[in-house]
Amino acid sequence: MSSSRVFATAKRLLKQLRHDPRTIVLLLGVPLLLMVLLRYLFGAQIAEFNNLAPMLIALFPFTIMFIVTSIAMLRERMSGTLERLLTSPISKFEILAGYGLGFGILAVLQVVLVLLVTFGPLELTTNGNIVMLLLFSLLDALMGTSLGLLLSTFANSEFQAVQFLPAFIFPQMLLSGIFTPRNQMPQALKFLSDLLPLSYAIDGASRTASSTTWNLATGVDLTVVVIAIPLSLALGALTLKRQTK
Amino acid sequence: MEAVLDIDRLCVRRSGKLVLNNLTLEILGARVTGLLGASGSGKSTLMRCMVGVQRIDSGTITIMGISAGAKELRRKVGYVSQSPAVYLDLTVLENLDYFRSIFSLPYSRLREVVDTVSLAGTQKQLVSSLSGGQRARLSLAIALLPSPSLLVLDEPTVGLDPLLREELWNYFHELAKQGCTLIVSSHVMDEAERCDDLVLLRDGKIMFHSTPATLKASTETDNLDSAFLALAKRAKSEF
Repeated sequence: MSSSRVFATAKRLLKQLRHDPRTIVLLLGVPLLLMVLLRYLFGAQIAEFNNLAPMLIALFPFTIMFIVTSIAMLRERMSGTLERLLTSPISKFEILAGYGLGFGILAVLQVVLVLLVTFGPLELTTNGNIVMLLLFSLLDALMGTSLGLLLSTFANSEFQAVQFLPAFIFPQMLLSGIFTPRNQMPQALKFLSDLLPLSYAIDGASRTASSTTWNLATGVDLTVVVIAIPLSLALGALTLKRQTK
Repeated sequence: MEAVLDIDRLCVRRSGKLVLNNLTLEILGARVTGLLGASGSGKSTLMRCMVGVQRIDSGTITIMGISAGAKELRRKVGYVSQSPAVYLDLTVLENLDYFRSIFSLPYSRLREVVDTVSLAGTQKQLVSSLSGGQRARLSLAIALLPSPSLLVLDEPTVGLDPLLREELWNYFHELAKQGCTLIVSSHVMDEAERCDDLVLLRDGKIMFHSTPATLKASTETDNLDSAFLALAKRAKSEF
């Protein structure tokens, strides 16, 4: 693997976005807006907000990065530039890693802004470790990016790519523990929930926000999320076909 | 003379239809070979096979002795697809610079290719603001960057004014003189006249492969237009 080709691809993606300021504003602004909305939704019920906010801090960047990267990759394919890249010396993994890096940089900005606003003006208070929450949210956004890249290798049209949100993200969201605590789910659903990476992402964020003690469960959450990132990129490189019909 | 490209009994099927039908072809080095045929005759599919992005059903394609699409060939084979494969939301220079880093080439190479395709005045422009012809030239410029020894160009001169087209064809021949092999698809007859060799495709099969002069002689015509017509009529009557 050549890191210079990965960097070049990330740089190119960011240059493309620089010419599209509205997308950057949406990317960075929408999660903030949603958090503000959430805060006022709960009004005086501060305890509810304090409980839910960390999970959503993990969810919003994950979802947004997922959808943005899958559409970006689809555009690469539709414009013929993906085919061009596949006839050049860059490897499939380098292409995906470049995407991961480029959007990862945006994810850092996104997550840091969300945390600044939620802990600042929105007055989120936790007993947990903010740095760990930052780390988790960041890894969750990166996981969204790499899962988006993996899924986009299966999409042949805009319609398919957009459908991945309700088909792939919504079920994970329902089973992630945001709506019902995972340990209160029926056995079968709990099992299903255990298989989904988002469950660990949300668990991890919520655990680190509620307590500073580091336990085995937090370690498991972190491990799953950290492994899911390169794993989905590698799988994506396998499923991305050089030769098409 | 050694064949640079060697295709042996190539079959490509697309949704049940045979797009390339048991096609065998040898292309000689350091020449400009024109690939001609009506739309739907399989030109683009054949070119995609040459650069290794087309799924093939049977047969082999080797370029300089290496199987098409192999890693070792990706610096040596340049490809320009029919619709320009460029980033519309980047400037001309940003597009070129990205591919320059993919091929790890020096910056000086940018200047050279920009001049070759006469895009010097538009370097800082966003590609989305360029005309179709300018986008096509940028797409060509990207393929020229690594100085490939085989160039596969799918209708590279569509939408270009006659002067520019003339310039590019002169450049193609200059490249051939330096040892580069070019395969250029076209459906414009005056371009066929400028090729060293002609390959005529019809329904995924090769109808004719020789020099323009031989084609004219064998059909007893004095221009390629009538020669193609004569060939088409002959093929039709054989059915």
